[in-house]
Amino acid sequence: MQNLLKNERLFNILVPVISAILGMLAGAIIMVLGNYDPVAGFEALFSGMFGTPKAIGETIRAASPLILSGLAVGFAFKTGLFNIGVEGQLLVGWLASVWVGYAFELPAVLHVTLSILAAAVAGGLWGMIPGYLKAKFKVHEVIVTIMLNYVALYVTADLIKRYLYAGNEKSYRIHESASLSSPFLSQITEGSRLHWGIMIALIAAVIMWFILEKTATGYELKSVGYNQHASMYAGMNVSKNVILSMTISGAFAGMAGAMEGLGTFQNMTVLSSFTGTGFDGIAVALLGANNAFGIILSSLLFGGLNTAAPQMNFDANVPSELIKIIIALIIFFVASGYIIRVIAARFSKEGK
Amino acid sequence: MQEYVIEMNNIRKEFPGIVANDNITLQVKKGEIHALLGENGAGKSTLMNVLFGLYQPEKGEIKVKGKEVKITDPNVANRLGIGMVHQHFMLVHNFTVTENIILGSEPTKGGKINIEDAAKKVSELSQRYGLSVDPHAKIEDISVGMQQRVEILKTLYRGAEILIFDEPTAVLTPQEIKELIQIMEKLVQEGKSIILITHKLKEIMEVCDRCTVIRKGKGIGTVNVSETNPDELAALMVGREVHFKVEKQQATPKDVVLEIDQLVVHDARDIPSVNGLDLNVRAGEILGIAGVDGNGQTELIEGITGLRKVKSGSIKINGKDVTNLPARKITETGLGHIPQDRHKHGLVLDYSIGANMVLQTYYQKPFSKSGILNYGKIYEKARKLIEEYDVRTPSEFTPARALSGGNQQKAIIAREVDRSPDLLIAAQPTRGLDVGAIEFIHSKLIEERDNGKAVLLISFELEEVMNVSDRIAVIYEGRIVDIVDPKETSEQELGLLMAGGKREREGVL
Ligand SMILES: Nc1ncnc2c1ncn2[C@@H]1O[C@H](COP(=O)(O)OP(=O)(O)OP(=O)(O)O)[C@@H](O)[C@H]1O
Ligand SMILES: [Mg+2]
Repeated sequence: MQNLLKNERLFNILVPVISAILGMLAGAIIMVLGNYDPVAGFEALFSGMFGTPKAIGETIRAASPLILSGLAVGFAFKTGLFNIGVEGQLLVGWLASVWVGYAFELPAVLHVTLSILAAAVAGGLWGMIPGYLKAKFKVHEVIVTIMLNYVALYVTADLIKRYLYAGNEKSYRIHESASLSSPFLSQITEGSRLHWGIMIALIAAVIMWFILEKTATGYELKSVGYNQHASMYAGMNVSKNVILSMTISGAFAGMAGAMEGLGTFQNMTVLSSFTGTGFDGIAVALLGANNAFGIILSSLLFGGLNTAAPQMNFDANVPSELIKIIIALIIFFVASGYIIRVIAARFSKEGK
Repeated sequence: MQEYVIEMNNIRKEFPGIVANDNITLQVKKGEIHALLGENGAGKSTLMNVLFGLYQPEKGEIKVKGKEVKITDPNVANRLGIGMVHQHFMLVHNFTVTENIILGSEPTKGGKINIEDAAKKVSELSQRYGLSVDPHAKIEDISVGMQQRVEILKTLYRGAEILIFDEPTAVLTPQEIKELIQIMEKLVQEGKSIILITHKLKEIMEVCDRCTVIRKGKGIGTVNVSETNPDELAALMVGREVHFKVEKQQATPKDVVLEIDQLVVHDARDIPSVNGLDLNVRAGEILGIAGVDGNGQTELIEGITGLRKVKSGSIKINGKDVTNLPARKITETGLGHIPQDRHKHGLVLDYSIGANMVLQTYYQKPFSKSGILNYGKIYEKARKLIEEYDVRTPSEFTPARALSGGNQQKAIIAREVDRSPDLLIAAQPTRGLDVGAIEFIHSKLIEERDNGKAVLLISFELEEVMNVSDRIAVIYEGRIVDIVDPKETSEQELGLLMAGGKREREGVL
């Protein structure tokens, strides 16, 4: 254990894993306290997550936008910024993708690509605003991004009503050529709504890793995040980097919106409240230690938990809200990773 | 038999890839000032962090007043009467002095923090030990020297009997050092015991009773200061003889590299700190700037390096006007800068030492090609510099944060000198370095000079300025008031000039 403590890396992996297990255990205890059968509950939960091809398909589908919003949060965080505005960036991205998907008629591959790019650009611009305000006027990005979430929520709703309204609180549907949905993927997962978006999400994860770890731009971005003074000393343009970071982060968030618009729903609903996916991105990034690969794994976990909640309710009669509690607990345990460290340190001393 | 207040016996502490303390024994008598001496990275801070409960030793025992104790965290240390003033301060900048002092042990009255009582106690303590600290001042508004006194007060407030000072004088001006020494003497008079880490042998000779020397993590021994001398101490710690004064040839100055004309730079409060300053530095010379802290040195450096906007006047490097250019442009014109504050400006502490070695050059070949970093080349460079400048680190992948203070400094110097810039600005370059490293750095600066580079040296240590410089410019209230030849001046004369006095012979500029 003592060796383990020395090995920061290993520990960074262990904290989330232990947290996930503890969260599940706590969920089981709550089930017992609530007079539900935890065995049946977890059986239903796991089968709803990955028990059937369809369940697996749905889990992956749900994970796709989560990965992208997790990447958005993680990217900003690694460069010293706290992007709470992923939700808003996701909404404008969603709308942009649906708009381009509906308003143009183009060859399939080109059309999808263009629609996704539109989402990335829209989200990127939406993220750029708080970046700019922070860089130029030192306004804290948390405040601006929270406000912009609301702006995005109402502006997208209004734009749909004005220009894209198909009735029944929905926008027009996108053309087939812009759609990410795939009969093939749906078929091999026996009827899930799985679409090509997961590929986009995985590519985005690689891009995030690549930018941060392999490029000179990433070196600058992280440096500015760690130490602005030293970055200035080294001749980096701090303002430029803050804006760039928020823009890239917003672009990831915008693409998360495209997952919904081009993949799952093929249109956009006039929303009266947030989707929550953007905020879940914070949880995902936290559990995934802001690491691209970790974010993929934690998205799969959260995506699975969310999709399996109804089945747990149906099969074992456990209220689906319990899933929310489990997720909250996992986050709690990750956030108190420090406590886990201390406990592990105690163990190691007694173990000797 | 003598009573020891502190006994650390056979302490061993390991870090990944390195044994920082290998079987070290340190015994401190009550009421003494005990020096802890060793090269950069010898393990002094580590040993003290063990005593303060920040690290747990792998082996060894600690006795406080004869009783064996387990110091599991700093709170335990506080309870045992041990207080520490760290090498790098740990204060909350937008809190007041009192708030910082009570942080973590807030006195409460009916659930509310009772600031007034605390402030009174702080001011009493401050008076008793002659610290003259204003309990209501904000940390960000007070000088480094004052901040250090706040750290001292913090330990006293918690009832410390044994005070650990980790390189307290490295960040102080000569005047502040004198005052600190008086404070320490007062503390021992009042029955406290002090462990003092310092690289300045003069200070050890002046205030300490005994001195324990460690080398590369191993204890070498303890000597009575009255029975030793600086040469012996230096030899003990380095393991070889050290020359305190570097040998150098007469300088052969050539073309003007840095040309400053009527420069005005304002400080953070928008008051002119540099106020119509003229200065030339030539290729092949080291120009030292002597001055009391706060006479515009910081703003001058920041103005030249592009970290602060210049109000008026001009700065030319190699004839090219660089006034108010972006920092990168100035750097590319041929500027190297060893910054005064290594943690604020010099390093990205969370980056590996390797990544820090290319802080200004990461985007250039061969470290980067069409925007893609070549870590192979970066670490290769880092290995070379680590080797050449004797930076003691387990590897080039170690985070800069994990290096000892002096080795962090050596890494910065390696990076800046290696770029071999036409103009090298060295601000307090040897702050926190051991005597061996100082000798090495001084010879490096002279080597740069002999290679035809211009070196601008800013130091609060007159001895350093006098030993290394070819010309000394005295700065006073934002202007260069005189330029003297180090061979023809004395510390007394410099001191007088720095205080705004005039020299007999006028007009030698
Ligand atoms: N937290 C840490 N993690 C890993 N290695 C460390 C850590 N702290 C110190 N070290 C290593 O332990 C050794 C001793 O460091 P320490 O800070 O005790 O030196 P020091 O004697 O105080 O030197 P200096 O005079 O430069 O301050 C160094 O090699 C350093 O790299
Ligand atoms: Mg140290």
